[in-house]
Amino acid sequence: MQGSNCDYGGSKGLKMGTTIIAIEFDGGVVLGSDSRVSAGETVVNRVMNKLSPLHDKIYCALSGSAADAQTIAEIVNYQLDVHSIEVDEEPLVCSAATLVKNISYKYKEELSAHLIVGGWDKKDGGQVFATLNGLITRQPFAVGGSGSFYIYGFVDAEYRPRMTRQESQEFVINSLSLAMSRDGSSGGVAYLVTIDSEGVEEKCVLGNQLPRFYDPDIMEPSKAAKV
Amino acid sequence: MSVYITFTVERLVDEIFIHNLYVEFIIMERHNSYSQVKGVSTGTTILAVTFNGGVIIGSDSRASMGESYVSSKTINKLIQVHDKIFCCIAGSLADAQAVTKMAKFQLSFHSIQMESPPLVKAAASIMRELCYNNKEELQAGFITAGWDRKKGPQIYVVSMGGMLLSQPFTIGGSGSTYIYGYVDAKFKPDMSLEEATQFSTNALALAMGRDNVSGGVVHLVVITEAGAKHIVVPGDKLPKFHDE
Repeated sequence: MQGSNCDYGGSKGLKMGTTIIAIEFDGGVVLGSDSRVSAGETVVNRVMNKLSPLHDKIYCALSGSAADAQTIAEIVNYQLDVHSIEVDEEPLVCSAATLVKNISYKYKEELSAHLIVGGWDKKDGGQVFATLNGLITRQPFAVGGSGSFYIYGFVDAEYRPRMTRQESQEFVINSLSLAMSRDGSSGGVAYLVTIDSEGVEEKCVLGNQLPRFYDPDIMEPSKAAKV
Repeated sequence: MSVYITFTVERLVDEIFIHNLYVEFIIMERHNSYSQVKGVSTGTTILAVTFNGGVIIGSDSRASMGESYVSSKTINKLIQVHDKIFCCIAGSLADAQAVTKMAKFQLSFHSIQMESPPLVKAAASIMRELCYNNKEELQAGFITAGWDRKKGPQIYVVSMGGMLLSQPFTIGGSGSTYIYGYVDAKFKPDMSLEEATQFSTNALALAMGRDNVSGGVVHLVVITEAGAKHIVVPGDKLPKFHDE
């Protein structure tokens, strides 16, 4: 996420300094994010939790401009509270995502934040919604942020429908670890939130506990990159 | 490579003649590289991976002009610069072709002088010299892969500014950003030929699925001590993933 509000757009457009991912499994959802907040080249917060609650069993993952994303999450939190009092029951994930979409779309010129909404409700179970730039779409899994470009291939190859809770958590941790090792704007620790009918489980995986992949410089120094 | 015969004879007689010919070659090629910015660009995905006994070098086959016109669906981006040394190109197609043509010429000359097949590192060094000395005008990066008797299978990356680096596997081109996670997770050293072929085909298919300037068919060249073999995987035989 960007500490300042200005747009570090590269040649490919808007750059969102983070990696966020959400995946639905049979009975719930898992959301994950990295923890780095950068302002230009400086890391201003290396342990920021980008998974923000919108309601008891609905969370959102923030990316893009830190201020914009946090403000959207707070506003939607308030609106969802009012809505759930009015209808006198737990709000649907679809409602939360629609509220996020309404704000993102109405102010799309001024804001630069992308929120992925994930949660569990009685009607449809675990659901993940992507709300990039004002669209709303339900997907089996969603990735976002600048680090997500590096793992598109990995998630395309590794995703299987109807994974278990344990497999989904591993999928999220592996994807975050790969993205954090390639993207300069993602790093720190990995935060995980698992939501199902029982409740919400929050977990933090420290940097040295993240899975490691093949890296010739560490594993076989004699075969490391040389000139 | 029939160019050998003419030059060998001339060399014994008149070295200045060869030098003049070489200079003319450079001037002709430089003229062609003026239009690199607006011309055809490969916007591509290229990769190379070593396995037990050889190296596989692969690419997609799309050439685009601007970002919305595909000027060729079946271009071959794997250029043979010597019997067991191949190059793949990313960036401006004109620059890449000019540099590889020049490198092929210099390499054949070099291998006549040394009287043995050239080292992969020699081929990569020639490309690096060309890229570094002309860094302002050129806009192309290369992956050079091959097999030689001294070090076996090797891969060298020559980046756009002229850096030379040796790696066990490497990816490049615009489509490569989408598969960094996949290749980091799936590469193992000393794979078998089947595993390496599957790895390369999967990686290229994934990149082509996400990058709109990569596509077409998958070209693979397998280089081992025995020689080089070219494999083409057409679009309908590519591996399919969960959303297709």
